[in-house]
Amino acid sequence: MLNISHISTFYGAIQALDNISLNAEKGEIVTLIGANGAGKTTLLSTLCGNPRAKSGTITFNGQDITALPTNQIVRLGLAHAPEGRRIFPRMTIFENLQMGALVADKKHFAADLEYVFTLFPRLKERIAQKGGTLSGGEQQMLAIGRALMARPQLLLLDEPSLGLAPLIVKKIFHVLKEINQQQGMTILLVEQNAHHALSLAHRGYVLVNGRITLTGTGKELLQSDEVKAAYLEGAA
Amino acid sequence: MNKNFLTFLPPVFLTLLLSLPLLGFFAQENSKDILLLQRWDWVLYATAAVFLANSVLIVLKKYPLPSFAISPPAKNLNALKALLFLGLLALPFLSSRSTIDLATLVLLYICLAWGLNITMGLAGLLDLGYVAFYAIGAYTTAILSHYYGLSFWQCVPLSGLVAAIFALVIGMPILRVQGDYLAIVALGFAEIVRIVATNWQSLTGGPNGMSGMPRPTFFGLEFGRTSSSGLPTFQDFFHIPFNSEHRLIFLFYCILGLAIIIYVVSKRLRCLPLGRAWEAMREDEIACRALGINLPRIKLSAYSIGAGIAGLVGAFFATKQGFVSPESFTFNETAMIVAMVVLGGMGSLWGICIAATFLVLLPELARGLADYRMLLFGLAMILVMRFKPNGLISVRQPTVKMS
Repeated sequence: MLNISHISTFYGAIQALDNISLNAEKGEIVTLIGANGAGKTTLLSTLCGNPRAKSGTITFNGQDITALPTNQIVRLGLAHAPEGRRIFPRMTIFENLQMGALVADKKHFAADLEYVFTLFPRLKERIAQKGGTLSGGEQQMLAIGRALMARPQLLLLDEPSLGLAPLIVKKIFHVLKEINQQQGMTILLVEQNAHHALSLAHRGYVLVNGRITLTGTGKELLQSDEVKAAYLEGAA
Repeated sequence: MNKNFLTFLPPVFLTLLLSLPLLGFFAQENSKDILLLQRWDWVLYATAAVFLANSVLIVLKKYPLPSFAISPPAKNLNALKALLFLGLLALPFLSSRSTIDLATLVLLYICLAWGLNITMGLAGLLDLGYVAFYAIGAYTTAILSHYYGLSFWQCVPLSGLVAAIFALVIGMPILRVQGDYLAIVALGFAEIVRIVATNWQSLTGGPNGMSGMPRPTFFGLEFGRTSSSGLPTFQDFFHIPFNSEHRLIFLFYCILGLAIIIYVVSKRLRCLPLGRAWEAMREDEIACRALGINLPRIKLSAYSIGAGIAGLVGAFFATKQGFVSPESFTFNETAMIVAMVVLGGMGSLWGICIAATFLVLLPELARGLADYRMLLFGLAMILVMRFKPNGLISVRQPTVKMS
C-alpha cells in the first residue's frame, strides 16, 4: 500500500533522513520507534510533502506521491494525526470532527461520526465542549477521531502517547487495535513508547539518527537486545 | 505597614515622574513669543487621581461588586436585536440631519469592520493593508462614473468586484508569508495604492481628489431638485415636497441594507465548510494542512471576500462624501478598523458592532473636549484591554448548536 524507497530529507544543510526505505501493506500496523530527534516526525512530514524528500520516491497504492501537494496527498486517503494532537482549541468537538470530514464524502458523515463515538464514547458526552478544554487524553482521542473522519486508507499517527497517563495510553492503543481489526485500517504508528508500540504492531522499524538500523516483526524487535538496551531498559 | 499599601507605590510614583514634564510645564503664546509656564498643581491632581483609583481597585478586590449576569437569555437577546432594528428604521424620522449623517458614518464603519472580520477575525490573517481595498472601491466608483458615465448602482457591484480581483492578484504572492510578515507586506501595498492615487494626476486627480460622485437613485428616480434622466424626480413621483434630506435618508437605508447583507453573509459563511476552514486555519495551520485543506485557496478566499466587502463599502463612502481623495485612505483608517475588530472581539459580529459604534461616536461626542479627545480614546482602549483583553465579546459561538 505504502512504499517508501531510499528517501533522504534535508532541513537546509542538515540531513534529517538518510536513505530510508519502509513499506506498509494493507491491514498492517507498522510502527516506527526512535529516540528524540531521530527523524520520526520528519518521516511523517516528508510523507505528506512538507518538507519534500530530496531523493527517493514515495508511492501510495501504486501512485507516485513524492511531488504532490500536501492537500492532494491527504485526499488520496492518507490521514495524519499530527504530533502534539493539534486539535482546534476554540472549536467544539463536533466542529473538530467536521473539519476532519472536510475531504470525505458528505454522505458517510453520520455513519462515520457514529463509529468515532462508539470508539470514544467520551467524545460523544462532550460533543459541544471546546477542544481546548479537554484533557490531554481526550484531545488525543479527538485527534484520532478527526483523522478517522477523513475516511483514510492509511492512518498516520505521530506519538499518540505523548504526555499521557499510562492508563490512557493503554486505552488508546486498545482502540487502535480495534480500528485495525474491525476496519482493516492500515496504521503507521510513530512512537517513543517502544513497549506499547511494538506489542501492538505487526512489524516495526527502529530509527536512529535518520537511519533505519533494525527491522522485523513486533515480537522480534521486542526481544532484540538493541531495542531492549535502548528503549526498554527499566520499562515494564 | 500594610502590604496592600505597597502596591500603591509604583503606579503613584510613575504618575508623579511622568506628569512632572508632561503636565508640569505648558506653553502659552502671547503677542511676542511663546512662554513656558509651570502648573505644579496639575501634577498633584494627577498623582492624587491615580492614588484614588488604585485604592478603589484594592477595595474592590477585597469586596467585589455583586456580579451581574452579562449574558441575558437568548429570548431577550432576540427581542433586543429586533428593537435595535426598529430603532434604526425609525431613526431618520426622529432625528436631525447631523444625527443621520453620523449614524450613516457609524454604519459604514461597522460594514468595514465586519469585512475585515472575515479576513482577520475568522481567517486570522492580520491585514494591515485593508484600507487599500476600501480605496480601490471608492476610486473605482469615482473613475467609472467620471470617465464612463456609469450610474451608482452599476458602480457598486463593480467596485466590490474590482477590489476582490485586486485582492486575488495581490494575495497570491503575499499570502505566502505569514503573521507579522503578511501585516508588513499588506501595509506596503496599502501605501502603494495611496501613493499611486496621489501621483496619477491624469486619472485620479492626484491630491485634489475627484468630485461629482454618482448619487444613488431610488429604482431610477433621482433625489435632486430636477431630474437629469427622463424619469420624474423622487418627490414628483410620490407627490411630496422637495427636501434635501430625502437623499441622506435614502443613503442611510441603503447602508443599513448593506450592513444587514454583510451580517447575514458573514453568519452563513461561518456555517459553511469554507467558513469552518477559515476558523480552523486561524486556530492551527499545521493541523489544517494535515487534514488536507488547500491553505492557499482558503486564505485567498478569505482575503478577497474581505476585500470585496471593503470595495462595496468604498463605493458607498464615495457617494456619501461626494468626493474621494487619497487623504481618506491613510494608515490611520486601517488602524481604526483593526482596533474595532480587536476591541470588539475577533470573530464576534456584535462585539465588533459595539466597538465600531463606540470608536466612531466617541471622537464626535467628545468634540467639546477638543484637546482631550485622543486622551479619552486612549483611556477607553486601555480600559478595554485591561478588563476585556480578548475583546468585548470573546466567547466564540459554535456554528452547530447541540442540545
